[in-house]
Amino acid sequence: MTVIATRYLREPAVGGRFGEFGGRFVPEALIPACAAVEEAFRDAWADAGFRHQLDMFRTRYAGRPTALTPAWNLSAELGITLLLKREDLAHTGSHKINNVLGQALLAQRMGKTRLIAETGAGQHGVATATAAALFGLRATVYMGERDIDRQALNVARMQLLGAEVVPVTAGSRTLKDATNEAMRQWVAAVDDSHFCLGSVAGPHPYPWMIREFQSVIGDEARRQVAAELPTGVPDVVVACVGGGSNAAGTFAGFADTTARLIGVEAAGGAAMTDGTPGVVHGSRSLVLQNADGQVAEAHSIAAGLDYPGVGPEHAHLGRSGRATYVTVSDDEVLAALHRLARAEGIICALESAHAVAWVLRAAGTDELPRGSTVLLTLSGRGDKDLGQLR
Amino acid sequence: MTMRFPEGRRLLVPYVTGGLTTDWTDYLLAYQDAGADAVEVGLPFSDPMLDGTTIQQAADRALTRGATTDAILADLTAVGDRLSIPVVVMTYANLVLHTGVAKLQEAGVAGLIVPDLPLEESGPLEQETAAAGIDLVLLAAPSTPDDRLQLICRRSRGFVYAVSVMGVTGERATVAPETTVLAHRLKNAAKGRLPVLIGFGVSTPGQAAVAGRAGDGVVVASALMRRVLDGATPADLSHDVAALRAALDDPIEHRAA
Repeated sequence: MTVIATRYLREPAVGGRFGEFGGRFVPEALIPACAAVEEAFRDAWADAGFRHQLDMFRTRYAGRPTALTPAWNLSAELGITLLLKREDLAHTGSHKINNVLGQALLAQRMGKTRLIAETGAGQHGVATATAAALFGLRATVYMGERDIDRQALNVARMQLLGAEVVPVTAGSRTLKDATNEAMRQWVAAVDDSHFCLGSVAGPHPYPWMIREFQSVIGDEARRQVAAELPTGVPDVVVACVGGGSNAAGTFAGFADTTARLIGVEAAGGAAMTDGTPGVVHGSRSLVLQNADGQVAEAHSIAAGLDYPGVGPEHAHLGRSGRATYVTVSDDEVLAALHRLARAEGIICALESAHAVAWVLRAAGTDELPRGSTVLLTLSGRGDKDLGQLR
Repeated sequence: MTMRFPEGRRLLVPYVTGGLTTDWTDYLLAYQDAGADAVEVGLPFSDPMLDGTTIQQAADRALTRGATTDAILADLTAVGDRLSIPVVVMTYANLVLHTGVAKLQEAGVAGLIVPDLPLEESGPLEQETAAAGIDLVLLAAPSTPDDRLQLICRRSRGFVYAVSVMGVTGERATVAPETTVLAHRLKNAAKGRLPVLIGFGVSTPGQAAVAGRAGDGVVVASALMRRVLDGATPADLSHDVAALRAALDDPIEHRAA
């Protein structure tokens, strides 16, 4: 237990380090802004009043706690006990709302009047637009042109909520480039705008702060699983990983247990599996890059996993052996999405289907022997992907 | 080789994106002939966090052409004998960590600017570059508090780079008031120990005259790269740089420009 605890860092070390990863690699102009976010977050997170306010919005607005649903039919078919943490049931349809409610409240506390965000699949953009509407903030969401084409429904939702969606035409025209553009715009708008980053990536304190906001997933699941399983904790905890926020939040609830932690990446965007140490979007982590040090374009059927980096905490958990990262192919993902829909009546997001695909592949093998108990975070619902699936 | 600048004149450091064209090193020679005091060479990076549209496009074009860091450094080595002014490389942390300081040293690079490597992260690279005889130039911004400006000036080598606006690289209509304010604050902090060069948004000779008077000189990038993207030759840019030179040398005449 002691060994596990030292590999998992409740709070990153000085300078925002998770082991050799993390840090604050941003232009000098943004240093005061990052320091201000860190100070405001430390202050708020230690403030019972802030926690209470956030809990109130989580409960009465976002629909928390989300359900823990046994996958009755798949469990019987696979010979395991599969429990689904239903972030797809949270308001706006994904776990992204957990983080954004926290950051929007923080932005208000800091006196900011606008949220700047990047989005890939659009779920973080929708969550940001939603919180902005609720709290009377303006929202500007940067989104790659390719993702705008793939996720037209989410673009319409953001616009309906009053957010400005700005197409990004640079580079691969996906999440990576939207993130660059959001950070560029933050430099110019730092006086009145908070950069509402969507994953456990970016400069310190973002990876840590967002993990803390998302740890509500793992904390709830821990209590819910304890009530469900005689062993108290599952054998395996599994979640999909792009930047890795739903996985980081889920893992946080089980890091000090004996549960195996499994992160599932898209085969075409597997920074944990194929990445090498590098610096992108403000932190040092594992990055997909070519022999010349140029950041590679990731490819996944799921826009939310089309990201060449991964949060620094995952890099640390992977390197230290506390968590294991695996990949699944687009074909496995599609098959998993269909099988979950038919077996359980749940249409999950393409991102979440990555975690399901691993369970389907591993069940009955040494990776996941019959009789295993599994907690799987369904990070979002699949409505946004229907255009792609038809 | 570290940076040596001439005494008693405003410094001019024009920029080119490495590998932007086949004959990109000809721009360096043209800059030199037109009176540049150093040249800044950008190593194109896929994710340029602090660059505006023009430099992004230049980097994209260079990478699409197949430019690599190694090839650009080889070009620099090849042109080295004909360049008497220092070469300052500007690129992002990922490329520097990936390439390593030794390769920059071999290519005769005198200075290095890494815009996403703030004080807190620059320690190891400061030691490496110092050992290799390369000046690691640190950047300051309008949002930098005074105590930090002091630290930046103490640890910067060669010159200190004033990022003159809260924003990305790119041409602007006028020199922002914050530019002059930052220049004065930096001059106070630097105490004449090293020159203060103003960059970001210095586009025209008139702007160079204003910014150059506030600091000790200017870096001009986007305005030149836009011309190259539009097809301007090294000879064309030689004229542009000569005009900047004239404005810096005779700032009074150009004040109203």
